[in-house]
Order: sequence, then C-alpha cells, then structure tokens
Amino acid sequence: MATVIDRRENGGNKSAVNQQRFIKRYREQIRQAVAKAVSGRKIMDIEQSGQVSIPVKDITEPVFHHGQGGKREWIHPGNKKFVRGDSFDRQQQGSGGGGSRASDSGEGEDDFVFTLSREDFLNFFFEDMALPDLAKRHLAKIAEVRKVRAGFSIDGTPSNLSILRTMRSSLGRRIALSSPYQKRLRELEAAYSEEIEAHGPYTDTAVEMMEKMRHLRACVDRVPFIEKLDLRYNNRVLKKRPQAQAVMFCLMDVSGSMDESRKDLAKRFFMLLYLFLKRNYERIDVVFIRHHTVAKEVEEEDFFHSRESGGTVVSSALKLMVEVIHDRYPASQWNIYCAQASDGDNWAGDSELCGRLLRESILPLVQYYAYVEVASEEPQNLWEEYLTVKNQFEHFAMQRIIGADEIYPVLHDLFQKRAAWPGR
Amino acid sequence: MAYLSTGSEWTFELIQRYDREIARIAGEFGLDSYPNQIEIITAEQMLDAYASAGLPVGYNHWSYGKHFLSSERSYQRGHMGLAYEIVINSNPCIAYLMEENTMPMQALTIAHACYGHNSFFKGNYLFRTWTNADAIIDYLLFAKNYVAECEQRYGEQEVELLLDSCHALQNYGVDRYKRPKKLSITEEQARQTERESYLQMQVNDLWRTLPKHRSHLLKEEEEAMEPEIAFPPEPQENLLYFIEKNAPKLQPWQREIVRIVRKIAQYFYPQRQTKVMNEGWATFWHYTILHQLYEEKLVNDAFMLELLQAHTNVIYQPPYHSPYYSGLNPYTLGFLMFQDLRRMCENPTEEDRRWAPEIAGSDWRQTLDFAMRNFKDESFLLQFLSPRVIRELKLFSVLDDDREGKLRVTAIHDDEGYRAIRQLLANQYDLSNMEPNIQVTNVDVGGDRSLTLRHLQSDRRPLAHSFDEVVRHVTRLWGFTVRLEVAYEDGRRELKYECKPERKHQHRKAA
Repeated sequence: MATVIDRRENGGNKSAVNQQRFIKRYREQIRQAVAKAVSGRKIMDIEQSGQVSIPVKDITEPVFHHGQGGKREWIHPGNKKFVRGDSFDRQQQGSGGGGSRASDSGEGEDDFVFTLSREDFLNFFFEDMALPDLAKRHLAKIAEVRKVRAGFSIDGTPSNLSILRTMRSSLGRRIALSSPYQKRLRELEAAYSEEIEAHGPYTDTAVEMMEKMRHLRACVDRVPFIEKLDLRYNNRVLKKRPQAQAVMFCLMDVSGSMDESRKDLAKRFFMLLYLFLKRNYERIDVVFIRHHTVAKEVEEEDFFHSRESGGTVVSSALKLMVEVIHDRYPASQWNIYCAQASDGDNWAGDSELCGRLLRESILPLVQYYAYVEVASEEPQNLWEEYLTVKNQFEHFAMQRIIGADEIYPVLHDLFQKRAAWPGR
Repeated sequence: MAYLSTGSEWTFELIQRYDREIARIAGEFGLDSYPNQIEIITAEQMLDAYASAGLPVGYNHWSYGKHFLSSERSYQRGHMGLAYEIVINSNPCIAYLMEENTMPMQALTIAHACYGHNSFFKGNYLFRTWTNADAIIDYLLFAKNYVAECEQRYGEQEVELLLDSCHALQNYGVDRYKRPKKLSITEEQARQTERESYLQMQVNDLWRTLPKHRSHLLKEEEEAMEPEIAFPPEPQENLLYFIEKNAPKLQPWQREIVRIVRKIAQYFYPQRQTKVMNEGWATFWHYTILHQLYEEKLVNDAFMLELLQAHTNVIYQPPYHSPYYSGLNPYTLGFLMFQDLRRMCENPTEEDRRWAPEIAGSDWRQTLDFAMRNFKDESFLLQFLSPRVIRELKLFSVLDDDREGKLRVTAIHDDEGYRAIRQLLANQYDLSNMEPNIQVTNVDVGGDRSLTLRHLQSDRRPLAHSFDEVVRHVTRLWGFTVRLEVAYEDGRRELKYECKPERKHQHRKAA
C-alpha cells in the first residue's frame, strides 16, 4: 500500500541557490549578454525577464569522451532501402552515428540560452550603469502598495480584533438565543407571584413553578457570553498608491555624427528614465522625436535604427515637442518628462533659440528635463547655452557622457528629490 | 463491477484506489517491489528535480543551476515536455507524480514507476550490488550537509573548484569488477573522523621515506639501489578512488568530498547500464497491468484510449532518416524485447525454437523475472534480442571507418544479419565501449610524483578535444604534474598531454 504525500505546498525553487551560483560564476559572460540583450530591446520592454545567451564553450563541464574519427559500427532503426554492402557518402542524413546534429531551434549550438529573472536582469543592467543602491532599490521595487481600511471581516489575526464589533454581535446573539426562555421566564415569574399571593409559597404548584423557573434561568445562562461566531476583525486591503499619468519625450539627434555606439548610450539613458517613471506612474506614454535639420515624431524602431545625415537644428525638435504637448499632453493632466540626447553639434545661431524655447515654453511645463551630450571632444555650442539654462532652473540636468556609467548623474536629482514632488 | 473512475480529474482518494488495484494486479503477476511513497508535485518542482538528476536532496553546485535554467527554458518554449514521473531508487521507493496529469496518466505512472521501476530496482543484480536503497537518502543528506559545512569552513570557491574537478572524473569513479561496500549512514558518520585521520596517515605512509631521486645519486649508489617499485602495482581504472586514497596534497576534507562524488556516481552506475532494460521493464508492466485493469472492467474505453495514446508516444521510434531521429529509443527497444519474450514463451514459432530453444514455450513470468534479475543492457541484448524484434525495428548497421571514403552497410534485418546486429547492438550498450578506457598506470613515487594516465585506444577512436581540460582538473586534484599518454592498438605509446600544477602564491601567515 502506497503512501501518498502532497508536496505541492513545499514550494519550488529548490535549485535557486544553484541558479545564483551559476550566475555568479559566469558574471562576466552574463553581463555582456545582458548588455547585448538591452540594445536589442524596446525601451518599454526593459523590465521584463529576459532571455540571454552565453557561449556554450565557456560553461561546458569537460569529461573524457570519444571524438570524431576511428572506426565505429553503429545500429540504426527504420531501414527501408539498404541491403548489405551498400555504401554512401558521409554527409547523408542518418549516416554513421556520433556526428554533430543540427540545432533544432535556429539558435546556434554554440550558445547556451536561458531566461534571467526580472530582478537578475535589472541587476545586471544597473551594474553597467553604476547606479547607487538607493536608486537600484527604488527602481527594482514592484509598484508600491499600502494597506487601507476596508470594513470588517470574520477572520484575521488577534491583534486586529475589533472589540466593539465583536461585543455588538455577541450581544445580539445572546439576546436572540435567550429571548424565548426570557419570555417564558417573565410569564412564569408573573404567574408565580400571583400564585404565592393567593396560596402561599408551599403549594405543589408553586414548587413546580419554582422548579421550571430554575430550569429556564439555567437555559439562559447556558447561552455563551462570547463565541467564535461573534469575532470581528478590522479588515485592511492592499491598495496601489494612486498614481497619475506621465509622458516621456525622447529627443535624439540623428545627424550623421551619431553613430551606433552613441545611439546605444542614448538608448540606455532613455531606458533609465523610463524605469524611473514606471515606478511612479501608472500609465506612461513615450514619444520619440528625432531630428537633424527638421524634426519628426517616429516609432521606436525608426528612432534607433534609421540614420540620416546633414546638419543639426536642435530647435526644430524642441518646437515639435511644444506642439505635441499642446495637442495631446496638456500639462494640467500629464506629468511631462523630457530626455534629450545629442552630440551637441548644433547649427550656429540656433542654440540661442533653443535656450529661449526652453526657458519660456518648455521648462515651465515639465517636471524634469535631462540632457546628455554623447561626445568625445570639447563641449559644443549647445552646451554653453544649456549651462546658462541650468543655472536658472532646478529641474534641468545635463551631463557629458562617454560611457554608460556616466549616465546616472544626469538623473541623480530625479532619484533624490522624488519625495518632494507633488503629483499633479 | 463499477469503473474506478470516469473523468480525467484525479483526487487523493482515487489515487489510493488505483494504487490498491494496481498493487493487487502487480502482486498477481509476481512483481516484488519496495513499499511506495507517492509524492504529488508541481511542474516547477519537477524542473527542480530534473536539475538534480532526480535526487531529492543534493549538495549545491552551479552546474545544477545551469541544468535547471536550460530545462526551464526548453520547457517554457514547449521544446520539451516534462517526464510524467521521476522515481528514486530508495526504500521506500519515492515516485514523483505531477499535478498536471490526468487520472489515467497518474494511473499509468503509478504502474510504470511504482511497480515497474520499483521492482526492477529491487530485483536487478546491478542495483542489488551497487546501490543500497535503504541508505541512499540518508547518505545524500549527509553529503549535502558535509559540503555545506566545508563551504563555511574553507570557502565556497574552494569547494566549488574541488567539485568541478571531481565532476570531470565522475564517470571514472567505479571499480567495475569489485563489489562496493554497503552504505550505512550511522557507519558513515561514526567512521568519518576516524577515516580522515586514517586516510591521511596512509597517504603520508606512501610518501614518507622518499629515496633520493636517481639523477641525484652517484653512479655506484645507483648500481647498488634496487629497481624502483612500480606504483600502482596494477593499472587502476577507478580514478576517483585512486585520487581519494593516494593524492599527496589533498586535505582530509577534500578526500571526503572526492569520496562523496564517487559514491553518488556509483549510485548512478547501474542506471547507466540498464537503460534499455529498466525502461523496457517499466513500460512492459504499465502496458500489461493497465490492460489487466481494462480486462477486469475497472476502467472504461476513454481511459484506455488516453493511455494508449500516451503509451504510443513513449515508444515512438523515429526512423534513421527522420529529422527527429536521435538514436534508438530505449523505451521502444526494451518494451519490444520484453513483449517479444512473452510472446516467445506463449506462442513460440518455429524460428523461436531454433533461436532460443530454452525460452520458447517456457513459463513467461519466470523467464521475464530471470531476465530482469540477472542481466544488464549489454548481456540482455546479447541473450534475448530476437530476429523478430530486429525485423520489427528494421535495424541495420553502418560501418564508419575514417580510412574509407564512404560509409558501408554491414548488416540488415535478414538471416545473415541477425547475429551481427545482435552483437553490435550489445556492444553499443557496453559502457566500456561507450567511454574511453583510461587508467592510472604509474606514479613516479621516487621522483617528481607525477601521475600518468593511459588511454587505451580501441578502434582508433581518439579522445574528444576536451581531454586537456579534464587533465587540468586531474592535476588540480593530484597536486603534481599529470601526463596523459595514448596506447595505440599496435602497441605504440605517445605522450598526448602534460599538465603542471599552477604555482600558487605562498600565503604565509605572519607568525
């Protein structure tokens, strides 16, 4: 006779430790794989758990085994045409055993592909960007919830016991359960006093009545003072923090000088801002505006992958953004965040216009404006202009970056001052 | 009689009822098994069990994490279905059933695992010799705790490196021709400390009186000296055992871990040698038992159809030219052989009488029981593979000789081919054929303490390129230079690879 045991409650993930060890051991490979995966992802997908692949040769566990070559005679099933003595070329399907098999999934056999959990994936992403712990914790956290009162429930922990409610239902129950006895008792008491009035207390009837009354009182007493049924607990439910909506503008210069690696940096910058917003707002729209001499609103795909050449007029993008804000994202209903990436090489004379646009039409409307100059040379003319803007506005941040680890300082204030902003 | 159940939902009571009936039928067929412990688990827990090769407890190591991640992914992408069950060779015999399965599938897995595999574990001579069902769970627990303790004391990294090296040799942790001692948990613990000191003493003994190296001796001294004693006196095929007992530099705790890996490898040794038999036996019995349930009208047609569909999937053998072909399916081969064995007993043909006169017409239960108890894949195939099964699977052999430009078909399923195919297929399942033959042949006791491994080549098959990495692992365990030489079939020998230990920086604690 078998014993049947239900182990489902034991919870899985017995190999969580082993998975962590695997990740720890192949840190470097996984870090590179995550970087690769990030560049292939859409901004809004950054948060999902991700598939990463690392070269299989790095992680094989070597054992002694036979290699190709030599002589071997192997048995196969399903013969349909061969007779003894037939011969054929090696590459033919189903020929001698031990050959390499084609991979079935389209991925090369040389890659070990696995899924990294959301937490692990983000950790690797953050590591690359040199995020401080506080910001990391803030970003990796699942949406904030808090407990709110939601009436009463019939079960809960003793500390949540609502005494008032409990006593009220106890009282109600006692009244309800004892009332039939009480009623009869009252009648009996009245009859008894009449009886002793008339005949004195020692008649048979009086004694009998006395006995009945005693019985009824016992019945009343037997109704318990408090029962499990009466218990009421304060009920609290988890509620997501009320959150508003936000829109994030991604502005990028796509002139000829922005090469793939610069775009990749810009993308990381946008991703980080997106992650931050994701934490704070229920709904986020992302608007992509790219520009060279003219600006255009595009899909994410085109944003990162098409290349234009020619000069740069930054103000065109700013103007378009102002238009979009007025048309679709009124500042009274939306929290507006802007992230701009450029190599800073603006058409001479345009920078002044940019400064004016920022000061007059944009910065009064937005929550935060972050600018990165992805460049390796001297600061360009746009930089000079923006510096003056920076001095006037607190919610304007800028930074020149060369590597991904320099992105965070741009958004530094954002992570710090978060508590101070009122949602609109 | 009423059906045991009609729907596809299972409940604990139903599982118990099915188990009762299946146990009764198994008993009537004369199956002798350990008591069963059926555990219901989720798909995720099944993946966990996969990662640890089915062992319910195991020490921590990154490679198990790797296996988990890869099987998790193929499962999620639908490349791989999960096994319906995993069964552990222990007493009581633990079988995991997945909660996703329907009632008919649970019944199939109970018959397959709890009575098929279980009786095989209890009866087959290899399992009886090499594993100890009573003690394995305790031993695994001991191993897990011991490794964890070592990690605390000596650092995770240190233990991980050691385990990596041991794992590289885990297929070389068995003495094929010696019986191992039985495991016992109390004994293990009681003797562990004793063994530590004893082992170290033995090792020290071997290395204690080091004679001067020959090159340092004067000529006359050398002439006076006796010839060096060869160590080991005979080649050793159990590399892990040899290292555990003789590696000069290992700490006692390291020896204990080498031993743990060796013992666990030993536990898997019979499974690797009885894949066809074990799966064939279990498949034969779920087929037979469930048909009996149907005969007795305990299950309905729908139940039977679902089972037959699952059963057909299990024993599907893609032909050699199919894109899904990846060698012979052990379930198919084993199942067909046991089925045919029964048929030969019950309805022998003239051919059977010619091929296997001692089987034809005998009592099928006795014959099958005998086959299950006394064989492993290699000898089982050699003894029982009948022409009929060869014809049914349309087996043929292909000779791949790198000296010939083309591959050649050497035998097919015809009168001339049966014997050749039977012989070849048996060889194919011979472990000593599947794995390269590597032995410890010499330790330079009097000299630089170097260790020589010899690969005895057969059929000119070379080692795969990863051999250098494995040798590096051996070097880490041995602590001194390790050489790998190849002995060709014509008697030539050649040094293939030499690995010197890494010079560690000497960390001297300030006094």
